[in-house]
Amino acid sequence: MISQLIFIFITLAAVALFSLNARKIWRNINLGHARDRSDRPAARWLTMLRVAFGQSKMATKPIPALLHFFVYAGFVIINIEVLEIVIDGISGSHRAFHGLGGFYSFLIGSFEILALTVWLSCVIFLIRRNVIRVRRFKGVEMTAWPKSDANLILVTEILLMSAFLIMNAADAKLQALGAGHYISAGSFPVSSWLQGILPATETSLVFIERFCWWFHIIGILAFLNYLPYSKHFHILLAFPNTYFSKLRPKGEFTNMESVKNEVKAMLDPSFTPPETAPGKFGAKDVTDLTWVNLLNAYTCTECGRCTAACPANITGKLLSPRKIMMDTRDRLEEVGRNIDKHGAGYEDGKALLDDYISREEIWACTTCNACTQACPVNIDPLEIIVELRRYAVMEESKSPASINAMFGNVENNGAPWKYSPADRLNWRDA
Amino acid sequence: MAEMVAAGEEPEILFWVGCAGSYDERAQKITRDICKILHHVGIKYAVLGTEESCTGDPAKRAGNEFLFQMQAMANIEVLNAYQVKKIVTGCPHCFNTIKNEYPGLGGSYEVIHHSQLIQQLINEGKLRAEGGESFKGRKITFHDPCYLGRANGVYEAPRAALEILDAELVEMKRCKSNGLCCGAGGAQMFKEPERGKKDINIERIEEALLTAPQIVAAGCPFCMTMLKDGVKLKDREQDVEVLDIAEITARANGL
Repeated sequence: MISQLIFIFITLAAVALFSLNARKIWRNINLGHARDRSDRPAARWLTMLRVAFGQSKMATKPIPALLHFFVYAGFVIINIEVLEIVIDGISGSHRAFHGLGGFYSFLIGSFEILALTVWLSCVIFLIRRNVIRVRRFKGVEMTAWPKSDANLILVTEILLMSAFLIMNAADAKLQALGAGHYISAGSFPVSSWLQGILPATETSLVFIERFCWWFHIIGILAFLNYLPYSKHFHILLAFPNTYFSKLRPKGEFTNMESVKNEVKAMLDPSFTPPETAPGKFGAKDVTDLTWVNLLNAYTCTECGRCTAACPANITGKLLSPRKIMMDTRDRLEEVGRNIDKHGAGYEDGKALLDDYISREEIWACTTCNACTQACPVNIDPLEIIVELRRYAVMEESKSPASINAMFGNVENNGAPWKYSPADRLNWRDA
Repeated sequence: MAEMVAAGEEPEILFWVGCAGSYDERAQKITRDICKILHHVGIKYAVLGTEESCTGDPAKRAGNEFLFQMQAMANIEVLNAYQVKKIVTGCPHCFNTIKNEYPGLGGSYEVIHHSQLIQQLINEGKLRAEGGESFKGRKITFHDPCYLGRANGVYEAPRAALEILDAELVEMKRCKSNGLCCGAGGAQMFKEPERGKKDINIERIEEALLTAPQIVAAGCPFCMTMLKDGVKLKDREQDVEVLDIAEITARANGL
């Protein structure tokens, strides 16, 4: 009875803490400007099914795709087991679903195989990160915390899977001994190999089985609460993020409404622009971005495929699209903490541009869309870069001198170079 | 265009030449070849001439939305005044801007890139590869322009124009949706690159040269400049040509 109460208390506390943190993230994302992404729901569901659920964009790198698929499938399917654990924990039953008989054996057997593939995949991932040193896991933005975050996730998953398998091994042994409530249920294709290393006495086995059971469920609840602090949050946000991703051609940039009215008024003196509150052009800080950009930032799992594909980064420039996303999230978290501490509207004198992302970075972008193409969850670093450029150009008139010269030429000659508009047809004469 | 309208004629298609195609000496050649192809197949076309102005693409990518919309609205006014319905562009940047960004500002047209026009003409049997230079067996690698490929998903049209040549097409490791930018996009064409280890066009031309091509094919005047400079810097001008899809088509047909 006591253990049931403890279980219920821990579970409720974990869920409450998670919802508190998830609500903060929700609030932070909503600090962004409005952006209508409610159009074409059918196409959006399809995108989500294909890209997030079906992981279609992972396929460009087959080995990581396969390993990632194991971990993903394991995560989704083994969570059915968590349902049983929760029921057992609350009601004090043992293997509540054992009544399913043969199907139950099939389920437990499949979970075991999945647990093994998750375990192995995570070990290989750890080796890739720490021994093989894949290039995209390096970079200026991959400081101590992002690296430990990645390793911590992998180690936790290995521990959780180990606990699950050892628990089953002990359980199977207890079933064979005919001990207490350990009814004969399930099949154990993987954990049966572990039985040999376990002790033979019933008391030790019960201790190991209980320990692993508690470790597994508390581990999962702890992991749930780790998510909001981690890049691993992508396991949840990948779905909404792909749903709300850009469906228009990649080359299409937004036409700014605020500019539209001013330009119309300039070209047509009889046009009176609707009264709107004066806003800024472009983005200086995260709160000038749209909620989609901010959702993107929380979704990023820092895999670095964008940066590995970025022509500027490949040729040694400072720009790294992954850093753009990580900086956006870090700054947004900082803004969120300021709100928690000092209330809304607090200015800390810092901004995304300059304090996090430098001018050198934003001007190195060729807008080639390699990053958006490479992202397995349809994150768009390019839009953030362009918004920062818009601020630099339209609010501050601060752009590289040669870019200013180009603007001048377009304005005066209708071409980015200093040629006379009268010579536009000269190509005919050669 | 003005002359055509004055003569009471209506063109089938408007050829949007673009700034590079109008002023850049190398790109002017491509412009003339596109005209030769249009003439060859008997399409009645027009150009805006001095009434054409920059689409605003470089301004938009660089963050100057004001200048972009000024250019766009002025161009749309001209295009709508002439009741233009169909446009072919010689540049993927003009193509992308007019096709995707003009509709929201009141300018909706059917817009195609010249590689798509060539593909259509081949499919309709109006354009073959005969009567000119033979490209049979020559090694050609195609560099995907970002604003044609990734930006708009056009990968097959330029390849269709090359496939008809009976040449040996070799793909670079990074091609199609995985293609590497030439380094000119996003207004980089008009500024010095940021400091780094290497220029992007060098990285790209090195990759192209790995395929041991006789011809590096391009579909964009900016890529043309970057690739041409790359070949020059690598001192390979004697054995590697950089040619636009339109130039290859014109040559193959003896135009």
